Amino acid sequence: MTKSRLIMGPVLFHWDENRKRDFYAQIADETDIDTVHVGEVVCAKRMPFFDKHLPDVIERLQRAGKEVVLSTLALVMNSRESALINEITQMPDLLIEANDISAAGLLADRPHVIGPYINIYNESTFSYFESRAAKRISLPWELPLSSISQLCETRKSAEIEVQVFGRMPLAISARCYSARAQGLHKDGCRYVCGEQLDGMEVATLDDAPFLAVNGLQTLSNHYVELSDNIGELQDAGVSAFRLSPHSLDMMEVAQLYRQLLDRKIDAGELRRNLQEMPLQMAFSDGFLHGLPGAELRSTLGQRAE
Amino acid sequence: MELVCPAGTPASLHAAVDAGADVVYCGFRDATNARNFPGLNFSRDELRNAVEHAHKHDVHVYLACNTYPQAGIEHIWHAAIDDAVAIGVDAIILADIGLLRYARDRHPDARLHLSVQASASNEEAIKFYHREFAVRRVVLPRVLSLEEIAYLNSRIPVETEVFAFGGMCVMAEGRCSLSSYATGESPNMNGVCSPAAHVRYEERDDMTVSRLGDFTINIYDQDEKVGYPTLCKGRFRAMDKSGYLFEEPTSLDVTGMLPELAKAGVAALKIEGRQRGKAYISQVVSAFRASLDRIAEGKLAEQTSLNTLSEGQSDTTGAYRRGWQ
Repeated sequence: MTKSRLIMGPVLFHWDENRKRDFYAQIADETDIDTVHVGEVVCAKRMPFFDKHLPDVIERLQRAGKEVVLSTLALVMNSRESALINEITQMPDLLIEANDISAAGLLADRPHVIGPYINIYNESTFSYFESRAAKRISLPWELPLSSISQLCETRKSAEIEVQVFGRMPLAISARCYSARAQGLHKDGCRYVCGEQLDGMEVATLDDAPFLAVNGLQTLSNHYVELSDNIGELQDAGVSAFRLSPHSLDMMEVAQLYRQLLDRKIDAGELRRNLQEMPLQMAFSDGFLHGLPGAELRSTLGQRAE
Repeated sequence: MELVCPAGTPASLHAAVDAGADVVYCGFRDATNARNFPGLNFSRDELRNAVEHAHKHDVHVYLACNTYPQAGIEHIWHAAIDDAVAIGVDAIILADIGLLRYARDRHPDARLHLSVQASASNEEAIKFYHREFAVRRVVLPRVLSLEEIAYLNSRIPVETEVFAFGGMCVMAEGRCSLSSYATGESPNMNGVCSPAAHVRYEERDDMTVSRLGDFTINIYDQDEKVGYPTLCKGRFRAMDKSGYLFEEPTSLDVTGMLPELAKAGVAALKIEGRQRGKAYISQVVSAFRASLDRIAEGKLAEQTSLNTLSEGQSDTTGAYRRGWQ
């Protein structure tokens, strides 16, 4: 079995520049993470805040031996955003992740990553992208283990990636729900999406935690946590494991998953450590088991949320 | 502009043809299309008869095969495409790249349309589907403003079709797993959103609670009309306030902007609602036929009286007006 790749996904939330710079500086000093994503996935309006720091951040991460991937927008809706995608996909010497078909089409003649926002549900679609220079394919959150296994069997050359930690992106819209919740419009949003580091909590009218809003994006309230199935995923042929950044100490989270991937700790120990961290998290793994995504099958001896 | 109308049953197809549809779209009775509801859709024989009837009246038929095949069972979708071509439908509406490739390779002469479920919302994406699979028309996702649609039409080599009336996704179509998060079944994988089998209504004191899977989607007072718990149209709590966080229970209606859509270069208008009965289809199609005929005669469309048919009795022009965003 090849060594599993541990990946820090793109920061989905509108963190301020200092927080983001500190975050990437920590990763540069961290040995457990192999690959790190930079770039804005959710809202083009946020891009000017960090674009000026990107060259330095990328240079520093590469110097530290990290594979750096530049992630691109998940929803490209106008000529300005289309132009951005054209510009980014022409950047040389950088691995780029396509999260919309626009970018995937433009990257077909160079090695690239197909992100989890691209709909890959079956062998034919997987093979199509693999034959067009995708070196790694990050599968959609919704896929059950049975589908993941089938795609692994189809695989010829591309690495297969699955997100194993963090809130799951469930939807994206032209409308900004962070702004709408505060009576604002997208064009005059005052960047209120930046006020919550892990997204705006959305509960049902019965006060059950349900979703988390991040600007145009709606995520699950529950954090996917697949530690109990990582062995199965590895055995099936998944070789890359994505952590999605949150406000807790992601270096500690990465260390736990690295130890699990190397089979130095077990899933129970990982879960116990996560639960002791200072962030209230409910976990789920339903999608992997073909159940509602909010459900948790692997309770690992803990009380199910 | 071509008027593209829904039919979930042969009776609805007849109603749409009688009411003045240019095209009727429908799906097979299985998970290959995005309205995989009990009691709905067409057998092979029913589609054959439907196409014969429609063609006799110079009406075209499109087959929606617009879900994403699950790994291991792609052959079900392949059979749907092969049979639709053999029956002689006028276009096949597809979203999945594997299926587009299959259809292009096996049936080089078939007319392929890109489903809204593919979420092709920009010039580069549309050019990709045209270049790779020779799609002739793109059904645009409901995330674009009128200005953006007009700009797109000046830049792309394919026709565009837009949603004109009916239920409205507030999320980009084909990129939404909200339904499967709550129920395990999604539009992409199962052809359903917020499926009825997972819906429950509970009486609580003087209120009605609507639930989807384990989650409360809305709570209605006695004097409120109880609606179907479509997840994104529910009432939720955020920032210490309760309300329709994503969207009110409204429907899309573009009657008032038909001349603008024509001017923006839109080739076809799509009416949503294969799950609707034939009386509804009749009324909506007739009203749009009349509006389009008036526009063709150089008269502006008057506001039609479709409001009573709308979900929650109110309507919106959605993302077509930028203020919605």
